[in-house]
Amino acid sequence: MLNKMKPHEKFFNEMTSEGGPRSPYGIYDAWFAGQNNERLAQKAAEAEAFFRRSGITFNVYGQADAEERLIPFDLVPRILAEREWTKLAKGIEQRVIAINAFLHDIYNRQEILRAGVIPTKLIAQNDAFLPQMIDFSPPSDVYTHIVGTDVVRTGEDDFFVLEDNARTPSGVSYMLENRETMLQMFPELFSMIKVQPVSDYPKNLRRSLEASAPASCEGRPCVVVLTPGIHNSAYYEHSFLADQMGVELVEGHDLRVVDGHIAMRTTKGYKVIDVIYRRVDDEYLDPLTFNPNSMLGVPGIMDVYRAGNITIANAPGTGVADDKAIYSYMPDIVKFYTGEKPILKNVQTFRCGEADSLKYVLDNLADLVVKEVHGSGGYGMLVGPAATKKEIAAFAEKLKARPANYIAQPTLALSTVPIFTESGLAPRHVDLRPFALMSSKGVNITPGGLTRVALEEGSLVVNSSQGGGTKDTWVLED
Amino acid sequence: MFRYLERAENAARLVEAGFRIALTRSNDAEAEWKSVIVTTASQIGYDTLHDGYDSSRVVDYLLRAPENPSSVLSVIKAARDNARLTRTALTTEVWYAVNDTWMLLTDLLKDPIPETELPGVLATIRQQSGLVRGALYGTMLRNDIYDFCRLGSAIERMDNTARIIDVKYYSLLPSPSFIGSRMDNVQWETILRSVSAHRSFRWAVEGDFTAPAIADFLILDRRMPRSLSFSAGQIVEHLNMLGAEYETRMPSHDMADALQTQLKGRDINSIFEQGLHEFISGVITDTAQLAQQIAEDYRFTG
Repeated sequence: MLNKMKPHEKFFNEMTSEGGPRSPYGIYDAWFAGQNNERLAQKAAEAEAFFRRSGITFNVYGQADAEERLIPFDLVPRILAEREWTKLAKGIEQRVIAINAFLHDIYNRQEILRAGVIPTKLIAQNDAFLPQMIDFSPPSDVYTHIVGTDVVRTGEDDFFVLEDNARTPSGVSYMLENRETMLQMFPELFSMIKVQPVSDYPKNLRRSLEASAPASCEGRPCVVVLTPGIHNSAYYEHSFLADQMGVELVEGHDLRVVDGHIAMRTTKGYKVIDVIYRRVDDEYLDPLTFNPNSMLGVPGIMDVYRAGNITIANAPGTGVADDKAIYSYMPDIVKFYTGEKPILKNVQTFRCGEADSLKYVLDNLADLVVKEVHGSGGYGMLVGPAATKKEIAAFAEKLKARPANYIAQPTLALSTVPIFTESGLAPRHVDLRPFALMSSKGVNITPGGLTRVALEEGSLVVNSSQGGGTKDTWVLED
Repeated sequence: MFRYLERAENAARLVEAGFRIALTRSNDAEAEWKSVIVTTASQIGYDTLHDGYDSSRVVDYLLRAPENPSSVLSVIKAARDNARLTRTALTTEVWYAVNDTWMLLTDLLKDPIPETELPGVLATIRQQSGLVRGALYGTMLRNDIYDFCRLGSAIERMDNTARIIDVKYYSLLPSPSFIGSRMDNVQWETILRSVSAHRSFRWAVEGDFTAPAIADFLILDRRMPRSLSFSAGQIVEHLNMLGAEYETRMPSHDMADALQTQLKGRDINSIFEQGLHEFISGVITDTAQLAQQIAEDYRFTG
């Protein structure tokens, strides 16, 4: 019974409006009407076999003997018109540029603090702020090479950014594999409906990373993907991206510092590398600088980094920009660095560290969603409308003890897209994570992204760790 | 027989590349299908039956048409007939693999393939081809019969890759100035997919998707199992084995050596200077003559 919305509330259904299918879904809707449930059920089973074959499975932490799991895939695509996408992409690009400028400023001149736009303590007391990055500019001044912005929709033209994932956003392998699966299962749909391709992402990723190589790099930059290893839940994605880009997949113990550069162990000796796409958290990156017990990182890499001899993507310390307390200042941050009005809306956010807000939040807990400032993955949050009185009371105590650790937001009426069930189509809540690449050459956003869907009826939590599934996301060609 | 099997696999691969382009880059579909028809040297046959190059008719012609001697259905039948004729030359496993392939594909291809089933059918054709090859590799004596089987595959592959370069690659270069400029995504993707090399290219080649880099990979790269250079190496190797086993050097040996010499130690720029089209046309003609000479030398023609 967790996380249910009140049944009387109305949600924007992206596929159907009162007068029939919405225009992006017109052809799909007609096609679907001609299908029978048995064939589709069989296709759903085929999709699962397809995913198992490609190996896109994940291990559940703490369950050594457990079966490898699949994130459930739903075969009804989420479809966006080109016009809807164009606006979204512009908004994301604006936000990504602002975040990158913000990071450079925060670690160098700190003009935004001097201008009083955001309070200094928000940075000074932020665990994700790394003093090691102060007075340093990464190659090409790029911090956020890869960003996965979480977007939700509540109406025809109402898109909100929920989170700016500027650390190491995952999920892009699902965007690519979901499309391959749909191409295999329903080729006829792609000849009726013109969908913008996503398959260029790995090539664009490699180009973007190469363009961000240190200035001192001569010849074609050597790029690698750094993974924590085979036991990491996103290991499949790490290996998939390395393979698709045509670059080596390495672990920390494959790398070492040689003559002031990072080099990887190969069968022909050590080879200098120029760009590391790391999927290892900041904390574990360098045991000499951060967590001394880390076995996942490379001792001394931060010295090489500060000497300008390696590019780390994303840059260490980017987490300070996707913190939920900073999030509440994003409209000001966008304005400060771009001089423009934000194209995408922010969700109204109460900072519980402020006395007025705390009072309001405590008085209205039953209607709000409360999140930990540094939390992710849907853990440690309270969804007021779905919580029991007892849960709310317990949460209020936590909130009073450490108010600055929490923010609160109104419950959003997330849009729905139908999923396929045994009894036909049924609406479920969705979000969207498009993927943006940034380099000195600009921002590149793949049309589409990863649509996550809450499979349980009424649930608003789409995270795969909390029972969410995924859908292929189509951006149409006009 | 192995020429036929190789041809079936290549046809499936070309259709797969074409189908993908048709689904993901709609504007290029018609041109892509036409180039597939031209590549398989079946334009005259196709044009007498159809006008216009749309997915369903091209796919049907390449996979099923009895009028098309190179359709998958036609060549699988021919391969199976050959295998029956030479049943005693093959191990039971190779024979089973060929016969199973024929039964399975005859059944799969008996009716026009709806778009919805096409990916599965193409995957089956490629998979069956792999099975036959695996049975050959794993069970056959390494004697003259094995050499002839491998020769057939290598010659067909040489011809196929040369045609892909000639038709697809060449038609993509409107003017000589294009050589050296970075090629558009769709273009390289279709060429590399036609030879199942879109992944290996990224791994093997340092450098970007430029026209010379792709030409170099497809013509001269000896690591690439469908390149001209690799195929020529295979042809020479198996002819030499035959020469050793029969203790006789034949005219085809000299022709194969000459063919390999055209590719050995060349660099791609000198081929561009000579003229890519002229060079590839020469390779196609030489390969055809070589095939004929082998048939003559080893009395396949009676």
